[in-house]
Amino acid sequence: MIYTLKQIFRSSKFLVGFVIFTAILLMVIIYPIVIKDPPLQILSRGTFLPPGIYVSLYDSATSVSRYTLILDDAAARRIATKLGDEERQAMQKWLVRKGVLEDQINIDDTTKLIELWENNFDPQLRVSGMTNADRNYYIRLNTSLEGLLATEGAILAAANASTGALEQKDVINQTDYVNIDEVPNVRVFLLGTDNFGRDVLTELVSATGVSLTIGFVAGTVATTIGLILGLVSGYIGGIVDDVIMFITNLFTVIPSFVLLILISFSIGQDQRGAFTIAVVIGFTSWVWTARAVRAQVISLRNRDHVNLSKLSGHSIAYILLTDILPYIASYVVMALILQISSGILAEAGLSVLGLGPRTTDVPTLGLMMNWAMIYQAHILGKWWAYFPVILTIALISFSMNLMNTGLDQVFNPALRD
Amino acid sequence: MKGYKDYFLRKFAWFLVTLVVAFTLNFILPRLMPGDPVAAITARMAQGLSNATGVQAVYEQYTKLFGTDKPIGEQYVIYIQNVLRGDFGYSISQYPRRVGDVINASIWWTIALQFPAILVGWIIGNTLGVLAAYLRKGFDRFLLPLSIFLSNLPAFGMAVILLVIFAVNLKWFPTSGGYSYDMVPSMSWDFVRSVFFHYQLPFWSIVLITIGGQAIGMRSMAIYELNADYVKYARFLGIKDSKIIRYVFRNAMLPQITGLALSIGTMVGGALVAEIIFSYPGLGSTILTAVLGGDYPLISATTLIISLMVLVAFFALEVLYGLIDPRIKAAQSE
Repeated sequence: MIYTLKQIFRSSKFLVGFVIFTAILLMVIIYPIVIKDPPLQILSRGTFLPPGIYVSLYDSATSVSRYTLILDDAAARRIATKLGDEERQAMQKWLVRKGVLEDQINIDDTTKLIELWENNFDPQLRVSGMTNADRNYYIRLNTSLEGLLATEGAILAAANASTGALEQKDVINQTDYVNIDEVPNVRVFLLGTDNFGRDVLTELVSATGVSLTIGFVAGTVATTIGLILGLVSGYIGGIVDDVIMFITNLFTVIPSFVLLILISFSIGQDQRGAFTIAVVIGFTSWVWTARAVRAQVISLRNRDHVNLSKLSGHSIAYILLTDILPYIASYVVMALILQISSGILAEAGLSVLGLGPRTTDVPTLGLMMNWAMIYQAHILGKWWAYFPVILTIALISFSMNLMNTGLDQVFNPALRD
Repeated sequence: MKGYKDYFLRKFAWFLVTLVVAFTLNFILPRLMPGDPVAAITARMAQGLSNATGVQAVYEQYTKLFGTDKPIGEQYVIYIQNVLRGDFGYSISQYPRRVGDVINASIWWTIALQFPAILVGWIIGNTLGVLAAYLRKGFDRFLLPLSIFLSNLPAFGMAVILLVIFAVNLKWFPTSGGYSYDMVPSMSWDFVRSVFFHYQLPFWSIVLITIGGQAIGMRSMAIYELNADYVKYARFLGIKDSKIIRYVFRNAMLPQITGLALSIGTMVGGALVAEIIFSYPGLGSTILTAVLGGDYPLISATTLIISLMVLVAFFALEVLYGLIDPRIKAAQSE
């Protein structure tokens, strides 16, 4: 046993798969201990906030001590974020018409661009071939640039309780800074928020856990059914074998995904919990395990040790458990791993169709994908809503298949490198 | 030849039995759904009707139309009769369109998309698998993990990734639909070009997924065959490697042909989801609207058609198998 384990862990494929899978599992276990937020809590108004650190504007303006920093490029940075590509190109166009050489203008260098603009722009100047509308556009652009370049601070005012008039309370200078550690309300969304305004990372971790459970339940159900049917039909043979094989053949040919659609549809949205879905997936995917187990049992049932056991008067169950099962155990473990990963994929596929677990109690990877698709995250470029989900699904099933291939190479010497 | 006839007859009888079971499941399961879809359509059709007896009359008219007023056994008999005449009844979610029309408008998109895609993926995957098995080190070390990763991406994941890269960012191909939305299907050059452009992303997303699984299967089979006694014997005899590879390929091929039927059977599920991502006007999108609308006549019919396609694929392959597998040939001529 120890020798086998050693050999398994010597297989690089198994090891890589095992490490990835353990990492995912640890993440699922440890993350909720550290961050206790409920995964489905709606935290933001508005959909798909991009990933980043969110700092309370109110706190940083009112209740925190301010520091003055003199940074040279602060103004340029401030303008750079306000100045879009379109405006930059418009400015370049004007400057070229004015007679500035094109190779002197670098529209990505904000400081230089503004400098050139300040030195050259003249609202009175009539450039030939420019429409009045264009001229007005440039005048507006110039005014807003001047607003940006202003050095006064922003004024905080409050309404006077008796008169209703605004009274100045405070001025925020452009050189005022706060230390982010002192701001009481800072929230980090490493993966942004989803279409409902929920934290994607927290939801993803919780969904991964639920999906793994679904996969595990589905895989266990499928493997158990397949194993029992395979053992019984392979060992007993005769009419039992015929009946079981009839059912097995039937389920082989009817696409299991179609069956899955039909059953989930007939259960109805309200009855579809994550557990129900898992069991349904298990019930529709046992076929291949049953076939493979049967084939192996048939090759084993006339071995000498089985016959000896039979002669000693052991019961069928005893023979199956002690004389046959150990020989196919490695195969059953591999089948279980594959069933788990295909169970996770099946849940995801069902959910994308709108036939997954009901949406109110727990998140699953499929449901997250479904919502991201419904809200068109992929078209809108909100990658954080769907890409981590796809990656997680792919990593889970990739790691399990790697483990499986590794095991296969250990137990099946012909496949070794 | 008598042996062959028996073989085909047995396979055909088997095909019929499975078909009946599949048909029955397709009929019963969607009808077990709680809730009353006919009530939904009545609510839609009787909008603005204020008196209760009027609504009741409309409701009864629709239950008669959909046949839901009769016991389920009788419905089943009527359904069989109608389906034999090619009549699947009315769609609930797209009333007053008939189910037959809805399916006729979508099925050709699915067939034209999936069968070539699965076939191309199967051919490329098997070629790569044999190469990996034969060359082993180097190519194999790189190809095997890549194939495992590819085949483990869910079909919709691959579809979304291709869509984001090639349609949203690079804008080489359109994001959705089977043809440009401002066009009416016709045999014009513009329309064909539009269809061709819309075809690429769904097609390659299915091909890429298929390649992975097939390459892994073929690699294992080919390695197994390469270690078989006949290969060693052939080597001792001094037969050229290229010739041995051909033998190996032919032997490893047999299980892979079953793999082709299987991948048609299983890919239908995954590829339907890929269709939904691209809003491709095929069966996948039809199933989605049917599910969302609680439309059981449409669900029954679409899943029945899919089962039928898979059944026919299996049957055709079993017949083919009987012709090319020497073991079956030998068993029949005894």
